[in-house]
Parts: sequence; structure tokens; C-alpha cells
Amino acid sequence: MSGSRHTRTLLLADIRTLLGEPSVLVRPEQLRTYECDGLTNFRVVPTAVVLPTNAEQVQEIVRLCHRDGVPFVSRGSGTGLSGGALPVEGGIVISLARLNRILEVDIPNERVVVEPGVINLHVTQKVAPYGYFYAPDPSSQSVCTIGGNVAENAGGAHCLKYGFTTTHVLGLEVVLSDGSLVTLGGKAPDTSGYDLCGVFVGSEGTLGIATKVTLRIVRRPEVVQTMVAAFHSTDAAGEAVSRIIAAGIVPAAAEMMDRLSLQAAEAAVHAGYPNCECLLLVELDGVAIEVEVLVAQVKEICSACGAFETRLARSDAERAAMWKGRKAAFAAMGRVSPNYIVQDGVIPRTALSAVLREIERMSRDTGLRVANVFHAGDGNLHPLVLYDRRIEGQEHRAEHLAAEILKLCVRTGGSLTGEHGIGVEKRDFMPEMFAEPDLATMQRVRIAFDPQSLSNPGKVFPRPRLCAERPGPYEPHPLETAGVAELF
Amino acid sequence: MQREIAHIVGTDFIRHVSDADVIDGVLPKFVVEPGTPSDVSRVLAIAHDRGWQVVPRGGGTKLGWGNSPRAADVVLSLCRLDRVQEHAPGDMTATVEAGCTIAALQETLAQRGQRLALDPLWPGRATVGGVLATADSGPLRWSFGPPRDLVLGVTVALADGTLARSGGKVVKNVAGYDLPKLLTGSFGTLGVITQATFRLHPLPAAVRHLTFTLDAASVGAFIAAMRECSLATAAVQIRAGTEMNALAYVRVEGLPEAIEAKAEQVMQRANAAGADVSAAHAPAEDWSARERLFEDLEPTSLVCKIGIPPAESQHLLSLLEREASQDVRWRLVFQAFGVGVLRLELREPERSVVDRLRSRLAEFGGSLVVLACPAGMKPDANVWGEPGDALELMRRIKQQFDPHSILNPGRFLGGI
Repeated sequence: MSGSRHTRTLLLADIRTLLGEPSVLVRPEQLRTYECDGLTNFRVVPTAVVLPTNAEQVQEIVRLCHRDGVPFVSRGSGTGLSGGALPVEGGIVISLARLNRILEVDIPNERVVVEPGVINLHVTQKVAPYGYFYAPDPSSQSVCTIGGNVAENAGGAHCLKYGFTTTHVLGLEVVLSDGSLVTLGGKAPDTSGYDLCGVFVGSEGTLGIATKVTLRIVRRPEVVQTMVAAFHSTDAAGEAVSRIIAAGIVPAAAEMMDRLSLQAAEAAVHAGYPNCECLLLVELDGVAIEVEVLVAQVKEICSACGAFETRLARSDAERAAMWKGRKAAFAAMGRVSPNYIVQDGVIPRTALSAVLREIERMSRDTGLRVANVFHAGDGNLHPLVLYDRRIEGQEHRAEHLAAEILKLCVRTGGSLTGEHGIGVEKRDFMPEMFAEPDLATMQRVRIAFDPQSLSNPGKVFPRPRLCAERPGPYEPHPLETAGVAELF
Repeated sequence: MQREIAHIVGTDFIRHVSDADVIDGVLPKFVVEPGTPSDVSRVLAIAHDRGWQVVPRGGGTKLGWGNSPRAADVVLSLCRLDRVQEHAPGDMTATVEAGCTIAALQETLAQRGQRLALDPLWPGRATVGGVLATADSGPLRWSFGPPRDLVLGVTVALADGTLARSGGKVVKNVAGYDLPKLLTGSFGTLGVITQATFRLHPLPAAVRHLTFTLDAASVGAFIAAMRECSLATAAVQIRAGTEMNALAYVRVEGLPEAIEAKAEQVMQRANAAGADVSAAHAPAEDWSARERLFEDLEPTSLVCKIGIPPAESQHLLSLLEREASQDVRWRLVFQAFGVGVLRLELREPERSVVDRLRSRLAEFGGSLVVLACPAGMKPDANVWGEPGDALELMRRIKQQFDPHSILNPGRFLGGI
């Protein structure tokens, strides 16, 4: 694929001339860092990793790749959980880590313009003194980049109220696969023409490379109140969430953890949660007088649904502690199981009880434990299938179980993924959710943007049916083991 | 031609056109009213084969927006696809056919205490499909976002008859490309939306409307003040113009226990910004000001939509005052004040006024789209403005979706 060795040698020589020798990595020990993203069981060693420092260089690199028909994969911090930044055999990786400037902070217009390598949390830190924040908050926010968030349409715990990355991206400057630069959207709303900014966000790097992103920032609420409620069953906690929604309350976050995930979180970070079958974490924000009333209502609903303990965070430190256990839940699984697979299916929230019962049955049948952590407000499940690779056949059974859980989510009217993306991991499940004409319609967009399929090929779309692909086991990302990031 | 179509939809649902079917001076040949999404796609497949030009139509309220069609053979009316197919209150979603009016949808949702948090023009006649195709929004956009942020999935009939689903029925979903966003605001040039799924919001437990008068010079300060108390305001609309005082309408939503306190907070801020709050609680319901811009249109008037970075409002007003000093009369409605979307009516404008405003707006990233104007003026008015550097990419998308250019030909940006 992708040209001969000779072509690639010439290409790299041209890129070296452009960037300078040190910005083109080709030695095997250098390339190893880039052979996977947060989904570590898929690995491909790229031909080279190149490190441009500005949009013009990105444009020139892509132009050269286009000239030589060499595929490229853009990459931020590599924290993605679906293999979206997995290199392509024979292709190059374009790291955007050095495009990390915050270009403009425009408080009156509530806009921030950044380069793609800027870390998510740095945007909030930059605008916090003015009383603003950047709403999308994936758990990896202290290390993940805005460019990666744009590619994956990253979510977080506060999506139900505040929306997703796509809600907050107003404009993009994009390098297309032929090296041309286009401006999509902008600082003002409703620019003329198709909403290509909306199409680009969440396209997982397959439509080009964003080199500049205009973000909307949000005014910080007057007050935030966070509480946890302990239940005897997930059904009871699920019922509480249903009644909260039915009461017309839109919480800023509503998170559930079952016993197994609580045990793991407790072992890992000593969050001090009540001992229970299911924990519900609810966050409410807004104007003080209103939040006070809402907190009382939510407490009452929880008690009516059988919560035997509710706790309200009395300080920022207590709030942080409540969140810490939740945010550490994935990585904490290592405490209770040697290996595990993280999934990201979405269900209509009202199907929660039925789906959890079915997962429990599947878990019993396969003899594998499944821990459940989820965004209960929007139905985004994160089932964790636990197994031990050393036991013959268990990995295969775990992969099969994870796949069956995904199919179950789709059957209830949900989605394969709520925030992690399709990537390589779930591409062959796309036909479970979309019929052939649906996928072919998406391909029309792909062809319009990138007729030669040079930009991150092999992602999102299913491959021709050769063998049934399975979701892969979770292995800690190097950043995670180093304690730099929490992933979910 | 008609026999083939009648075979699909039945003879009762194909008819010759009347004057009411004229689009910007272009008279189509006949009107088809398919009763199912698959009939929509079958009609399109025939049109695609024969090269007939098709104009999709919902309530027809915004059919005059955009360029005049290059040609039109068939009006494809979605009026029979008017059912709310599913309302799942517990999931806060609803799936509705494209021909259902916004008001009918809201009525169904309200029975279970919910709403589509969108207040586009003419809700009694405007349909779900038409609102999505034109991406029309109103003052509530300030709190709940434009249609693109509320639509979760669409079923679309493409020009060649392909019927495709995209997006999903759940609030959170990143599987595949976000085609609902591509179709929203595409003016029916990429496909015909046959149904859509939306995320919903609860109806507010309590609502207050406040009205303030302002002098033109304090509009900027007023807008800044409203942003300061944005948590208390669900929507703000401001009217200004050459022959009137500026008027601001504020909608406050919330819990009964908190609504008075929120309203009070807004009053204080407004007062400090120089607004006259003495008659704030007068029952002046005037959220229809946007609609009246179109309805009272003088034969020589022109209505446009302006998008600006929201803090540039005072800047825009200064530009307009300069025009007024040269005898240009105007009325302006800030319809989603904090977002930076406005409607402007210019009376008896020279073409140069539009050009001049456009180039000044461009200096701070704004844009101007002409929505309604005297028929003769349209070809001259450059309805969409300068297309920018993504036009070629947009053309490639059009080419992929509608290679024979049968859907609303010529009406979109750059003659797409």
C-alpha cells in the first residue's frame, strides 16, 4: 500500500527539508511511543512521526503526502479509547503537539481561538479568572488536546446539560487531504453555506486536520452542588434518575456506579463512598436560590426511591473527592481484575433496568464479571468486562461478551458509542447500527472531503467482511500508569 | 410524467399548480404529496432519472428565502407526513415526521410537560422539515442552542431515491458522521428530510415576561448587562429602528420558588444599564416582532439576517445610524441577543447599502444574508454574500449527494 519504500524515502527527505531533521522521527524506539493510542491492544508502527509547529507546515506535509499517495494520521495526546489515532501501515503520523498556542481570548464575545495541540483543561484555566469555563470535560482533560476532542466529539460527565464538543466548536480551520486550507464556520454564528464545521467534529480525523479551532466558552454557574446517594440496587438508583428527569430537573451530571466499580474505586483512591450496591452522584448548578430548591427535591426523590444515605459536598474539596472515585473508575479496575475491556454503548435511559438485567444474565452465562459505570442522565453506559488473560480462552469470551453488550445497546435503540468514537475498535460493528445506504451516505461525505482516502484511512467505516472483529481488551495507557491521566 | 408519479402516490395526491405554488416568480409544473417516506424516495428516484427539478416544501413559509430556483418542475410537498411518531418523555426525545408543524409537535409534547426548546418563525405553519432545512431559530436559542444542537437524527431521501438514516435516537451518540448537522441549514439542496428525532427539554414550571424601553445608545450596555445575569434569562429580544424607541423583551424561566428573585435580578441589571424599567411588568407580549418584519414588508423593503460576534451589537448599531443619517430607514430585531443573530429590515435601500453593510460586517467576522426582498431586486442582491474558501468543498458535497442537481437548483450559496 501507499507507495513504494523509495517514494517514502523521498517524502521523508522533503519533510526533513521542511521541518529540520529533529522534527522527523524514524528510529524504532522513537516510533514506539506512537504505535497506539489509549486503546493499547491495537498497535501499528508508522513509517515516521513528524512534528510540525504551525499550520503552514501541516499544509505542506499533507501536500507532500498527497503528491506521493502516502496516508497520514493526525494525533494529539493519544488518549483516545477507540484506536482513532492508530497509525496506518506505511503511513506517517502528524503529531500536533507543538501547535499548542492559545491564539485569542475574547471574553466579551465568549470565544477562545486555539491551535489543536492545546490541552483541554488549559482553556478553562485561561478563562477561569473571568468567570468562564470550557464545558466539555472528558476525564482525560488534563492531558487530552482540543484537536483530539474535535476529532472524537469528546463528551464528559456534564454533557446532558452543557452538550458535547460539537456544541462548543463554532469555527475551524482545516487542512484537507490535498493540502488546501479551508475555513469552516467562525466567530460569528450562522455563516453562509453547509454546516461543515458540524460534520467535521466527530469525523475521527478522516476528513482532514484541524489547525485552528474557535471555541465557545460558558459562564460559570453561580453555585454548584454535588451529592451522592446510596441505594440497595441499580434498579432503585435508575428509578431515582427517572423521577428526577420526570420532575423536569436537568442535572449538570448524574453518574451511577455499581458495587464492583465502587470496590475498585475505593481500593484505588479511597473515595470514602457509602457501602452500597449502587451509588448515584448528582450535580446541580445554576442560580443559588434555584439550586437550593433542586437539591432538596433530588434528595427527596432519592429517599423515596430507597436511598439509605445521601451526602452533600460541603466544600470544593469534598466535591473533588466525590468526583475522584468516579473519574478513577476505569483505571481502578486493575485493582479487581488483571484485564478488562471498556465499552461505551448508549441506551435510551428508560431501558436501563432491562439492559442491566440482561448484562447480568450474560455475565452469569459466561462466568465473567461486568462492572458498570455510567452517565445515567444520558444513557451512556461504560460496562467493563473483567477477565484474566492467563486463563485459556477467557480473553476470547470477554471480547465476545463485550460485543454482545454493544449489540444489545443498539437493539434497544441506542448507539455503539457515546463519546469514545468508532475508530478501529468498533468499525466492524457499524452495520449493527447502520444499514448499507446509511453508511454509503456517510461515504459520500468522505469522498467529497478526501477522495483518495489519505486522511486516517481504515477508521470509522467497516472493512469488507473478512472475519468478525471484536472489541479489544483494555490495557493501561502509559500516561495512565504514570498517574498523569484518568480515562473514561 | 404525471402518470408515473400518480402510480406511486395515487391520483388524489398529484395536482396542477396554482398561483400559490409560485416560488420567487418561478412556476413549477405540478405538486406531489407523497404519504410515506418511501414514496418520497420513489418520486425522487424518478425525478432523478428524468432530470426533473424538485422543490421540497413544508408549510411554504420560508420558500422565498435563498436565490430564486434556476428551474422547478415538481413541488414535493411533505404536508401528508405530519405525524408525531414517538414521544419518549423519560428519554426526553421525540421522533416526528417532516411535515408536522412546530405548533402541533409542541402541543403533543406539552401533554407530558415537555417541549422542543426552539421558537422559529410562524410555528403554526412552519414544519419540522422546513425549520431544519433553513436552520431557523428564535430567541430561545440563547439558552438552548440552534436546531443543529437539538436534532439527534434524521431520515433523508437523497436525490437518487436512497433513503438513509443518520444520527440516532439517543441524546449522546458519536457513531459515524454527524449528517443531521450537514442537512440542517442545507435548504433542501442535499436531500429531503422525511423525519427527525429531537432532544427535548422540560416545560418551565414558571415564566415571567419583562419589557423595558431603551435609548439606542444604551443597547450595547443593556446587552452586556443581560449577559452578566445570563443564568436568569431564558431569552432576550430587542427591537430598535429609525422610527421607534428601542424595546427589550426578557423571558425568565424557572422554579416558582425562584422566579421572582430571578426577575428582580434582571430588573436591577437592566436598570443599572440605563433601561427604563418602570413598566417592566406590563403585559407586552411582543415576541412576534420578527414575524412582523416579514409580514408588514413594504414593496420596497428588504429583510436580512445578520450574524455577528455577540459583543459587536453596538458596533452594528453605529453602522446603521450612519446609514440612517443618509436617509436609510431600518428596523432591527436582536432575536437571540447573546448569540449574535439579528434580523434587519431596510426600507427603500440602494443596493449599495447592502454591499456597504456587508463589507463593514466582514471586518469583525459578521455576515449578512438577504431573506426577503422585492422580486426584481433578488438577482442583484447577492443573497448569500461572499462564499468564503470552502465553496469548492461544498460543491463537491452537492455533487456527491445530488449529481444531477435536481434538488432546489441554484438556490443555495454559490448557486449550488
